[in-house]
Amino acid sequence: MIGGDEFDISRRAVLLGGGALAGAGPVRAATRKETDMQDSPTMMEVSFSVNGEARRLRLDTRTSLLDALREHLQLTGSKKGCDHGQCGACTVLVQGRRINSCLSLAVMHEGDEITTIEGLGQPGELHPMQAAFLHHDGFQCGYCTPGQICSAVAVLAELQAGIPSHVSPSLTEAPTLSEAELRERMSGNICRCGAYSNIMEAMREIAGEPA
Amino acid sequence: MKFDAPATTNPIDRQRFIGQPLDRIEGQLKVTGSAPYAYERHEVVPDQAYGYIIGAGIAKGRIKAMDLDAARAAPGVLGIVTAANAGKLGKGKRNTARLLGGPEIEHYDQAIAIVVAESFEMARAAALLIRPDYEAQPGQFDLAAAQERAVKPESGDPDSGFGDFARDYAQAPVTLDETYTTPDQSHAMMEPHASIAAWKDGAVTIWTSNQMIAWGKADVAETLGLPPEKVRLDSPYVGGGFGGKLFLRADCILAALAAREVGRPVKVALTRPMIFNNTTHRPATRQRIRLGAAPDGRLLAIAHESWSGNLPGGATETAVHQTRLLYAAPGRLTRTRLARLDLPEGNAMRAPGEASGLMALEVAMDEMAERLGMDPVQFRILNDTRVDPENPGRPFSQRHLVECLKRGAQRFGWAQRQAKPGQRREGGAFIGLGVAAGIRNNLLTKSAARVRLTRDCRLIVETDMTDIGTGSYTIIAQTAAEMLGLPMAQVEVRLGDSDSPVSAGSGGQWGANNATAGVYAACVGLRQLIVARLGLNEADAVFADGRVQSGGNRTALAQAARQGELVAEDGIEYGDLAERYQQSTFAAHFAEVSVDAATAEIRVRRMLAVCDAGRILNPKSARSQVIGAMTMGVGAALMEELAVDHQRGYFANHDLAGYEVPVHADIPHQEVVFLDEPDPLSSPMKAKGVGELGLCGAAAAVANAVYNATGVRVRDYPVTLDKLLAAMPA
Amino acid sequence: MKAFTYSRASSPAEAAAEAAATPNAKFIAGGTNLLDLMKLQIETPAHLIDVNGLGLDSIEPTPEGGLRIGALVRNTDLAADARVRRDYALLSRALLAGASGQLRNKATTAGNLLQRTRCVYFYDPRQPCNKRAPGSGCAAMGGVARQLGLVGVSESCIATHPSDMAVAMMALDAVVETIGADGISRRIALQDFYRLPGETPQIEHDLRPGELIQAVILPPPLGGAQIYRKVRDRASYAFALVTVAAVIQPDGSGRLAAGGIAPRPWRVEAADAALPQGGAEVSAALLDGARPRPDNAFKQPLLARTITAALAQAREMQGKEMMS
Repeated sequence: MIGGDEFDISRRAVLLGGGALAGAGPVRAATRKETDMQDSPTMMEVSFSVNGEARRLRLDTRTSLLDALREHLQLTGSKKGCDHGQCGACTVLVQGRRINSCLSLAVMHEGDEITTIEGLGQPGELHPMQAAFLHHDGFQCGYCTPGQICSAVAVLAELQAGIPSHVSPSLTEAPTLSEAELRERMSGNICRCGAYSNIMEAMREIAGEPA
Repeated sequence: MKFDAPATTNPIDRQRFIGQPLDRIEGQLKVTGSAPYAYERHEVVPDQAYGYIIGAGIAKGRIKAMDLDAARAAPGVLGIVTAANAGKLGKGKRNTARLLGGPEIEHYDQAIAIVVAESFEMARAAALLIRPDYEAQPGQFDLAAAQERAVKPESGDPDSGFGDFARDYAQAPVTLDETYTTPDQSHAMMEPHASIAAWKDGAVTIWTSNQMIAWGKADVAETLGLPPEKVRLDSPYVGGGFGGKLFLRADCILAALAAREVGRPVKVALTRPMIFNNTTHRPATRQRIRLGAAPDGRLLAIAHESWSGNLPGGATETAVHQTRLLYAAPGRLTRTRLARLDLPEGNAMRAPGEASGLMALEVAMDEMAERLGMDPVQFRILNDTRVDPENPGRPFSQRHLVECLKRGAQRFGWAQRQAKPGQRREGGAFIGLGVAAGIRNNLLTKSAARVRLTRDCRLIVETDMTDIGTGSYTIIAQTAAEMLGLPMAQVEVRLGDSDSPVSAGSGGQWGANNATAGVYAACVGLRQLIVARLGLNEADAVFADGRVQSGGNRTALAQAARQGELVAEDGIEYGDLAERYQQSTFAAHFAEVSVDAATAEIRVRRMLAVCDAGRILNPKSARSQVIGAMTMGVGAALMEELAVDHQRGYFANHDLAGYEVPVHADIPHQEVVFLDEPDPLSSPMKAKGVGELGLCGAAAAVANAVYNATGVRVRDYPVTLDKLLAAMPA
Repeated sequence: MKAFTYSRASSPAEAAAEAAATPNAKFIAGGTNLLDLMKLQIETPAHLIDVNGLGLDSIEPTPEGGLRIGALVRNTDLAADARVRRDYALLSRALLAGASGQLRNKATTAGNLLQRTRCVYFYDPRQPCNKRAPGSGCAAMGGVARQLGLVGVSESCIATHPSDMAVAMMALDAVVETIGADGISRRIALQDFYRLPGETPQIEHDLRPGELIQAVILPPPLGGAQIYRKVRDRASYAFALVTVAAVIQPDGSGRLAAGGIAPRPWRVEAADAALPQGGAEVSAALLDGARPRPDNAFKQPLLARTITAALAQAREMQGKEMMS
C-alpha cells in the first residue's frame, strides 16, 4: 500500500477514497532495476495518538509528521506554508510541546501524543484561545491561524512553566506576561496578512490581562 | 443595475448589519482549521495523485536536453509532462512569461516539468532525478544598468503633465532633486499556490487558490485551447494573495496538464523555495523626484519619474500615479519608463504603483519640509488640493486628507516631535517620529451575484467573488441581511466558484465596494420578486426583522419563501461618475521608531493610520485590512528585499528564511481611525476600498521616523542598519 | 528527498558502530536542519539512525564543578536550566536568541553545533557551491554575500556558521565529548572542533566516520558579566548579521567570541587580550586578515560597535552589582 494505509482504516476514509488511500498496484517491476536503490521507498509502521485517538499508519519513512496528518489522516488543519521550518503554519503540540511538524519524520513519533488544531476545539465548541482569535479578528486569510493558535496555547504554558525568552529582562526571575514576551515567543509564526496586533489582544484576553 | 447617479437614501443606510463590527462568519472554520484550502480538498474527487514541479536552473537560454528516463522509472511515477509532450499551449492574456517553459527558458525557476506519482514523497524524489542540460544565454538583470536603455511603454499613460514644470521648477526658490530606489518584493502569502485538477468528458475542474476567478477561468481556457464552458475553477478559501494570486500560475495549468496525462486527478503545490522566482513579484523601481516650492511652503513644481524593468511584454510599475493626484502645484510632470530585464515576471503586488511611489514621494516631501523649515504635517496640509491637479475642472468625490493629518497628529502626539533629528534619546536608542500621506484610488468595476430565498427562508448568496482574508464572506452576508431584513444566521454566502455570477474579484482594493454593490443589486431584484409574490406595493415596502411591511401590512418573509424558492441575479455596472469625479481614498500614517545607538537596529514602537475610505462596511475586518497593510509597510521599510544575483539573474534569497517579512516581535500595537463618511458617488454601498490604503504611505512614515531619530537619510529601501552605521550620531 | 532506511539506536556505542558500518548513514536527533536539507537533496543519506532514544538528555554536574550537557538536551531545556541561567547566562541568552520556540523545542545541543551554513547558494542545489558540491565553484564570490563571512574564509568558500549557541560555547571553552565506532570516547575542545574551509569547505568539523557527539562539557563557571548580543534586521526568528558572546570580569579582562563573520564561531587570543582596551581594538584583532565583500564590509564597523556596546553593558551590570 502506498499512502494512507491506516490499518484501522475508518469507513469514512474508505468512502472518501482519496488517491492516498488507493493501492499503488505493481510498480513497473521491469524498469525498477534502472533506478538506484535509494529510489525505492522504505515503508514502516508507526503508532501514535492524535487528539486522543490511537492511530497506526504504514508510511514511507520520508513522510513528515505534517504530511502524515494532512495527507494520510486527512487532518488538514495543520498547514504547510513553507515545509522548511521558516513559517510556523505547521505548528502542533507533541507531548505538550509545540514543534514544526514539517521538520519531523512521522516515524520518529512512535508512542507520542500529538494535539493538532482539530484537537483544541471544533466549530461550535471552540477552545477559549480559538474564541479569542475569532472575537479579536486575530487572522485574515486563516492559513497561518491553526499554527498561531497552537503556538499561543503553548506560549502561555511556557510562560507558566517559567521558561525564559530572548526578551526576559532577568534570567533568574520568572518571566512576566508582558506584550514583549508574548511577541517574542510568537515570532516563529509568520502571518503575512499582518494580524499580529490583534493576535496580541486575543492572547492577552486569555492570559487574563485586559488588552 | 446601472449606477450612474449619486446614491440616495437606501436600505443600506439603516446600518443594522452594515457598519457593525461583526465577527467573520467563516471565522469558526478558520480558527479550527476546518476551512478547506486548495491542496486540502480530499473530498472533492477520489484517487488524487501527487504532482511535483521543477523549475529552470538558469535565467535565460534553452534546455539542450532533459533526460526523463530515471524519473519515469522511479517508483510510483505515473507520468511526466514537459513542453515536449504537453501539446500546443496558448498563453493567458494576463501572463507575460509562459507557465510551462522549455526548450526556451524565460526566467529562473520557470516551470519545466511536472512529475506525477502515487505519493508526494515519490513525486518529489522522482522530480529531483531530472537534471536538465542547459545552454545559458546572457541576460539583463540589473535595473540600474538597464535604466538608460529604458523606453516609453506603449500602453498605459506613461507621460503626464500640466502647466510648465520646467519653468516653474527653474524659478522655484527652494528645490529638491533626489533619486530613490525600491527593491523587488515578494507577496509571500502563507498558502503556497496550489491546485487539484480533474477531467471529465473533456471538461476540467480545478480546485485552486486564486483571487480573480473569471480571469483564471478565461486564461485556463486560453492556455489549454478549451472553450470557457469546459473550465470550472473553485476557490472558496484563499490563504493570502496580495496580488500574487491574481493570475493563472503554473500550479493550476500543470495540474490540469498532468491530470490529463495520467488520466487521474492530480494535486500540486508550488514549493516555497520555488515561489519567489517562479511566480510574480513587485518590481524594483528607481525614482527621481523634483520639487520646487515657494518659501512659504506652497509647491510650485512637482515632477516624478520612475524606471522599472520587466520581461518582454511585461508592464511597468506605475510608481508615479499618486503624484498626479496627491498635492497641488501649478507645474507638473510625470514619466514612467520600462527597461527590459530577464528576471522573473514583475506584476501587481498590493497597492501596485502607490506602494512604491509613496515610498519615494513621501520621503521627498519630508525632505522638502525640512528644507523649508516647516512641519511635515503642515507642509502637506498647505499643499492639499480639492480637484484633480492635472484636470482642475474635475473634483474629488470626497477628500478628507487634511482631516486625516490633523486628527492623526493630535492623536499620535505629533507636537512632541523634535524638528531637528537625532535629538531624542532613551537609554541606548534614538527615538524618532515620522508621518506620510497615503492615497489609493477607488476603482469601479462591474460585479454580479445571484441570491436565492429558499423554501425554509434561508438567503443564499452566490458569486465568484473571493475572500482572501479581506472579509468578503462577512460583508456580503451583512449586505444581504441588510437588504432583506434577515438575521445574519439565515444568510449563507458561497464564494469562489466560476459557475456563479462573475464578480469584481479581489484586487486593487476594489473587491469590497463592488462585490457588495453587486449583491445589493441582486437583492433589489429579489425584493421585487418577494413583493410581487406577496402582492405588496414595492414603493413603500420595508424589509426588516424577517418581515416585509407595506401599507400597514406586515408579512413574514417565510411566507413568501414557502411558496417556492425565489431567485434573482443581477449586478452593478457603472456610468461615468468615476470620470466626472476623481474617486480616491486617503490616509495619514504616523510611526515612532527606535534606532539602537550602537548597532543601528531599527524597531517600530508605535503606529497609527487615520483613513478616509468612504463608508466602512465592517469596522472589525476593515481595521484588520489596514493593520495588515501597515505591517507590510514595516516590511517594505525595514527588511523586504529580493536580493538580485546580477550575474546569474535570479532572486537568490528565495525562501522565508532569506526573504524576511515582519514577525510578531517587529510589530507594535497598531491603531486605526476611520473617518467613516459614506461617499454617495462611489456605489449604492457608499463604500470605497481600504485594503491597500493601509500600505500606501506606511513605509515612508517609518523611513521618515528613522531620519527623525538619527538624522541619516536613506533613499534606498529597505532602510537597514548597514545604511545607517557610517553616519550614526555619536 | 531520497529514500532511506531508518533505525532506532539502543546505545551510543551501537549507534556509532552502526553509522560507521552503514554506507551513507547519518544520525538524526531534532531533525530541524537535516530534514530541511534532505528535502532539497542537499543532504542525501541512505540510512538514518534515530538517536533520540539514547537518553543523552540530562545535564549533570562534573567533578570539576562544570556541567556535562547531554547531546540530546533540547535547546529550550538547556536555555531554561536553572544552573545554566545562573552560571552560564550567555549560553541561555544565545540559545534564546536563536530560531523560534518551536525549533528550540526540537533542536538538540549536538545538532545545533553541527548546523550547516545558511548561504543562499549552498541552499540552491542548482548553483555552484564548493561546500555542497566540492569543486563546483563558489557563486557567493561576486554574488549575494550580505550575510556571509569576511574572516577565516577562503577562495573556495565564504559561508558563515549560523549557530548562536556555538558562539557562546566557544566563549565558554566548551569541550565536545564523542564516542567513536570503536566504542572509545574522546574529548575535543570546541576551539579545535571546527575546521576552516581552506580548499575543502565540505569538511566542517573534526568528527570521524560514525563518531557520535554524546555531550558538551562546560568548565566551571567563570562569573563575571555575561553577555550575548545578536544583531539582525528582523527583531526575532532571523539569522544574525553579527553576534558577540562575552564574559567580562570586573578588572576588564575576559573572553569573547563572535558569530556571523566567519565559517565557525570566531575566537582569537589577541582579541581576548585586547578586551581591556575596548571594542575597536578587540574587533580589529578578531578581523585581522579580513577579506570583506562589498555587501558585507559593514560588518567591520558593526562588529566594533557591537563589542563596544557589549563592554559598556558589562560595566553597567558590574556597576549595578557593586551597588547592591
